[in-house]
Amino acid sequence: MPVEVRVPTILRPYTAGEKVVTAEGSSLEAVVSDLDARYPGIGERLVDESGLRRFVNVYLNDEDVRFLDGLKTPVADADSITILPAVAGG
Amino acid sequence: MRFDSLLDSVGGTPLVGLPRLSPSPDVRLWAKLEDRNPTGSVKDRAALAMVERAEKDGLLFPGATLLEPTSGNTGISLAMVARQRGYQLVCVMPENTSSERAQLLRAWGAEIVPSPAAGGSNEAVRVAKELAAANPDWVMLYQYGNEANARAHYETTGPELLRDLPTITHFVAGLGTTGTLMGTGRFLREHVPGVEVIAAEPRYGELVYGLRNLDEGFVPELYDASVLTTRYSVGPHDAVQRMRELMDAEGIFAGPSTGAILHAALAAARKAVREERPADIAFIVCDGGWKYLSTGAYDGTVDDAEEALDGQLWA
Repeated sequence: MPVEVRVPTILRPYTAGEKVVTAEGSSLEAVVSDLDARYPGIGERLVDESGLRRFVNVYLNDEDVRFLDGLKTPVADADSITILPAVAGG
Repeated sequence: MRFDSLLDSVGGTPLVGLPRLSPSPDVRLWAKLEDRNPTGSVKDRAALAMVERAEKDGLLFPGATLLEPTSGNTGISLAMVARQRGYQLVCVMPENTSSERAQLLRAWGAEIVPSPAAGGSNEAVRVAKELAAANPDWVMLYQYGNEANARAHYETTGPELLRDLPTITHFVAGLGTTGTLMGTGRFLREHVPGVEVIAAEPRYGELVYGLRNLDEGFVPELYDASVLTTRYSVGPHDAVQRMRELMDAEGIFAGPSTGAILHAALAAARKAVREERPADIAFIVCDGGWKYLSTGAYDGTVDDAEEALDGQLWA
């Protein structure tokens, strides 16, 4: 099941500069693993042993996956995933 | 209503129903009009509370200089409070903020130190920390980590909402310093079983996320994810569209961050309708639209406005 993944500027060196890439998987974990197979090295920038890295936010259809099921969040066909670094507001 | 001074009038804002945007008589939306504060934003609550806390802690003396990284509203609130209390204020503000913010800050007597546009508020925080180290006699209240920020909402915004809307089921606000959501959210969770606390986080243009590496990311010290039930990322297109709907349908003239919050509130409303659950959804109107007129947020089509806001810190 292909899904669209939006990649922030800071991770585009891994995707040859592509802003939007395609990956497959039925969970976020599987999508990250597929991303890493296509773009080696990107996976460890997103997750470590404890899960999603502290300064990485991932949104499934605009909803923060930390409030869904984290890396176990199911991903369906035509879903959209956005990766963003955590930044300050206020 | 009569008050001894302007500062005494902070808070106590109206909660108004949205009869046209509410999907049904059982699923209702309520707007908390924080633009009715003295400087026109929700930040008056936090600014006043942080200054009063610092005074109680003996950190401030007449003529003291306050320092704060801010994308605008907190700085404007602090400038007003500082002027009333006899303090100086230095604000570190990113260059990519609306010109009204800088004009208002100067009008209230604050000095502005610009920080680079790329990196947004992260850069403002970094520059402010450098200035604090170089000027040890300045007092940085630091809204991102100051407990008095969240406490202001725990002690005022939360109780006001519960008093005016005892049947509240959802609270929706913007996520910046996280103070509004942490303070109000904690209060409501203690008093309303099952209440949903929903964050709407503005999704800016790429310039704002222009970090050099991911370790430069920033999570405010006040943030406690366990207070929230859902967190939405809302881009400028949805924010502007909702902001305009709020004006068209209900007559409320608000800024883009309120549009982002309304977008999340409407998502919660749709979910309640789908699940056939009654809901009273209260959300924060952070500020009025005045400070954003020059950005084009209210001008032309929604696409025009989205383009105009690209790269700006619009929330």
